[in-house]
Parts: sequence; structure tokens; C-alpha cells
Amino acid sequence: MQLAKVIGDVVVTMKDEHLHGIKLMVLQPLAPDGSAIGRTLVAVDAVGAGVGETVFFVRGKEASFPFYPTEVPTDAGIVGIVDHVDLA
Amino acid sequence: MILARIVGTVVATRKDPRLVSNKLLVARPMDPHGKAEGNYLVAVDTVDAGVGETVLIVSGSSARMASGMKDCPVDAAVVGIVDHVEVAAGD
Repeated sequence: MQLAKVIGDVVVTMKDEHLHGIKLMVLQPLAPDGSAIGRTLVAVDAVGAGVGETVFFVRGKEASFPFYPTEVPTDAGIVGIVDHVDLA
Repeated sequence: MILARIVGTVVATRKDPRLVSNKLLVARPMDPHGKAEGNYLVAVDTVDAGVGETVLIVSGSSARMASGMKDCPVDAAVVGIVDHVEVAAGD
């Protein structure tokens, strides 16, 4: 899983039937210190995250598991909202 | 998933039988502001997307979960046509 900041959302009318009713967010992956790292991506939201929040997301087929048994065609999904990160 | 712009189509007569009657599109990944980034890719179309449109592409084994793609040899599928992207100011 990876840390990311939700920086926006995507509006998609014409989409796969199994994506209906699911929020799509634009994520900027973060390093633990909060700096942006890597390319932005679009992820489905399984936890009700909002723009500006720090979250963690999962990549791969596992991103669709929160919606089981619906097979949502996604390769990235937000699975948690971060309260804070403590670094040693 | 990534945002991409459709820049072309692929015509292939000889292909895996499970790909027959599927449309193949050439896509250029882009960032949320519309700037192109990364390498071109070929994706199978499941939502009737066309050249010039901004789309949502799912990659990897998840592409097989797109409508009608079960057990097909694909690793990228177009699953949505983007109306617009809203990005918070400053990001």
C-alpha cells in the first residue's frame, strides 16, 4: 500500500456498469514526509475520502476487494484515511 | 487507473481468438491537467470511446474485470469516458 493525497476527482458518465455509484479520485502519491513522489493516478474510493485528505491506497486487483462480490474493474483503490504518520 | 487521451486505433487481422470483435485503441497517458506523460499504450475498448476523447484506463490483471473481458489476454482496458477532471487549486 502507498500513501497519497487526494487532489481531485473525475466525473465519468459513460463507464463500465460495475463502476456506477463509485467515486473516482485523483491521487498524488506521497513520501512519508508528505512530499509528492511519482505520477498521479485515479483510484476508486471505498472509504469516503475527500479532496485534500491524506489516504493510503492499494494497487492491483486487490483494489476491487472492498466491493466484493461486485467485480469492479479497477487497479487502484483508497482503503484508508490517514490520521497521522509517525516516523522514527 | 490512469487518465489518457485516445490518439488512434489499431487494426489487427491476425490475433488471439478471444480478441476478435474487440476495438483496440492507442492511448497517450496524461496528467490531470491534460499534459501528456509516459509511453503510449494499446488498450481494448469496452465503452465505445473514440479518437480525441479523454478516457479512464485500467491496467494489469484488473483489465480482465472490465465488461466482456473475462479470460481475455489483455492488460489495459478503457472503462470510462471522462467528462471532466476537477483538481484542487495548487495541486
